[in-house]
Amino acid sequence: MDFLTIVQIADSALRLATPLLFACLAGLFSERAGIFDIGLEGKILVSAFMAAAIASVTGSVWLGLLCGVFASISFSAVHGVASITFRGNQLISGVALNFLASGLTVLAAQAWFSQGGRTPPLMGKGRFPPIELPFALGKSDAEAAGVPLRVLIDQANPIQQVYSEFISGHTILVYVALLMVPLSWFVLFRTRFGLRLRAVGENPAAVDTAGVSVIKLRYASMAIAGTLCGLSGVYLATGLGAGFIKEMSAGRGYIALAALIFAKWKPVPALGATFLFGLLEAIANRYQNIDLGGIVIPVQFMQALPYILTVVILAGFVGKSVAPKAGGQPYVKER
Amino acid sequence: MDKMPKWADVALIPFLNLLIAFVLSGLVIFAIGENPFKALMTMIDGAFGSTYGWGYTLYYTTNFIFTGLAVSIAFKAAMFNIGGEGQAMIGGLGVGLACLFIPTVLMPHWSIALIFAMIAGGLFGAGWALIPAYLQAKRGSHVVITTIMFNFIATALMGYLLIKPLKLKGAQESASASFPDVTNLPTLHELLAPLGISFSKSAPANVSLFVALAMCVVVYLLMNRSRLGYEIRAFGESPTASVYAGISPTKIIIVAMMLSGAISGLMAINATMGQHERLILNAVEGAGFIGIAVALMGRNHPFGVLLAALLFGFLYQGGSELSLWSKIPRELIVVIQGLVILFTGALDNMVRMPVERMFIAAAKRKDA
Repeated sequence: MDFLTIVQIADSALRLATPLLFACLAGLFSERAGIFDIGLEGKILVSAFMAAAIASVTGSVWLGLLCGVFASISFSAVHGVASITFRGNQLISGVALNFLASGLTVLAAQAWFSQGGRTPPLMGKGRFPPIELPFALGKSDAEAAGVPLRVLIDQANPIQQVYSEFISGHTILVYVALLMVPLSWFVLFRTRFGLRLRAVGENPAAVDTAGVSVIKLRYASMAIAGTLCGLSGVYLATGLGAGFIKEMSAGRGYIALAALIFAKWKPVPALGATFLFGLLEAIANRYQNIDLGGIVIPVQFMQALPYILTVVILAGFVGKSVAPKAGGQPYVKER
Repeated sequence: MDKMPKWADVALIPFLNLLIAFVLSGLVIFAIGENPFKALMTMIDGAFGSTYGWGYTLYYTTNFIFTGLAVSIAFKAAMFNIGGEGQAMIGGLGVGLACLFIPTVLMPHWSIALIFAMIAGGLFGAGWALIPAYLQAKRGSHVVITTIMFNFIATALMGYLLIKPLKLKGAQESASASFPDVTNLPTLHELLAPLGISFSKSAPANVSLFVALAMCVVVYLLMNRSRLGYEIRAFGESPTASVYAGISPTKIIIVAMMLSGAISGLMAINATMGQHERLILNAVEGAGFIGIAVALMGRNHPFGVLLAALLFGFLYQGGSELSLWSKIPRELIVVIQGLVILFTGALDNMVRMPVERMFIAAAKRKDA
């Protein structure tokens, strides 16, 4: 395996990690405020569908982004009403929303486009274009040199290879996702709002006693989670893919939950965990079966590895991962 | 009076919850440009209009009775087992291995094969639930997350087994060899023919239906007439109080989850042994998840589970007929399933609170 191959796998890992990162941060805000969010999967799916549908009808990926995020927020709102206002079981609500998303997207796609539950492939302005950073090798350099871009990068020095393949050439949402990591950290750990949000997930009664509304904080966390999850779906349909395909979220919401546990409910480790899971997926995509000196690791094992790792982490064998204390419990105000 | 009468709790509120879910489902059908009443008629005709329809409806019902009972037992112990899908898959593996590898000399009749298959399916299903149960009991890792993870691991494992070791040599499809003929279960057609009742030959409903019905009775007796059932219910109602009563939380969590996994695994005698007659990749077809809706709708009572399973059997068969005769895709069932779980499960209080207030107000007026 040469150096460029490693860079290419890392590049693909970053792309695959992006939807996980958005969803993982969404789960982070929600669970830090004491609300379990199994519905990440469903929110990714509705948002991916709305983004692709609107982008394909209007030809504008930005309108698609807006509608995708809106769809995800409306699902978040239902989850909020069920688990905050009516004090329902948050896990059950999440499961219900996942089914609803999985069914509704196919129904709507079939009714709008009649293409067997998918949207027409997105082209041109319907997708986010890759951003070429300054000094990176890109299409224009390849045209100027008169050779294909692959050859040009192959001949470049290692630093240029890393810069052009791994760092440059992603769509804007990848950079937004990376930016969200320090931003989430800042909001959660350096602002008053963040302190209160975390407190609501640990001891809502204390927050209430201090005269701060538990309900408002929890709804705010739902709105943030909805927005971030929406971006995850938008990226899936308009950045990573080109259009909506039925069940295209493919368990990413659950992997994001797994990453959240892996990251012990912290933003910076969330980046590491989602990148690791993205890397596993990238390797599984590139090599069907990995031969480790006689022992062949089947591709199914690579696919199952994120889940196996999560169970191992949950079992507490690799450092304990403790969830916010008030997670999953509806808050009942004392009278 | 500060409570509702029992009939309102048992019948009225579930009915109202379902009504909202179904009205919304109708609106969804209307929104995609179809006529909801015509769709309902097509579904009823497809599910109950012929013995062929009945045969499929009852086949699905059988699956859902098993998975519904499984989820309800875990619910009784205050645990949410989302892993029914994976447990049923691995239960299928157990049933498949029993049918493929137990020599036919030991299984001279289908009934003996069925017993072997039930033991294997139950053990495999229970085994798949054991690790999440143990982690919940001993390490406090949330059973919901671990069972979700185990669903994915089960899918990957079955994928590997059916592409490599168990795959029929030279076949295109990822499936095992067909089971020996002696393990094929009699269908309703064969069972009813001696009684002079003609039943569709091609429908998959089979003798497993009666196993499922018996299982409802067994679960009822276990939960309501046995010491273990009492302990499970006590733990579910109040873990702290049950510890004072000398009930071991570890034991209850592990036993309840393993029972749940075993019953999920038994589903495979209907799907894998009764219908497909070999191991295939997706024999469970989401039945494990439908068990959640069935258990919630049936209020965790075996009889309720039976009724809810029949309703979902109807929705499943009616839904697939509907997708044949109209432009409405099969996924409509998933929408209905989601709405049922949402309104009977998560948004239960939305209906319960106002209804309760109404009853209390009415009672006060009577007193005055």
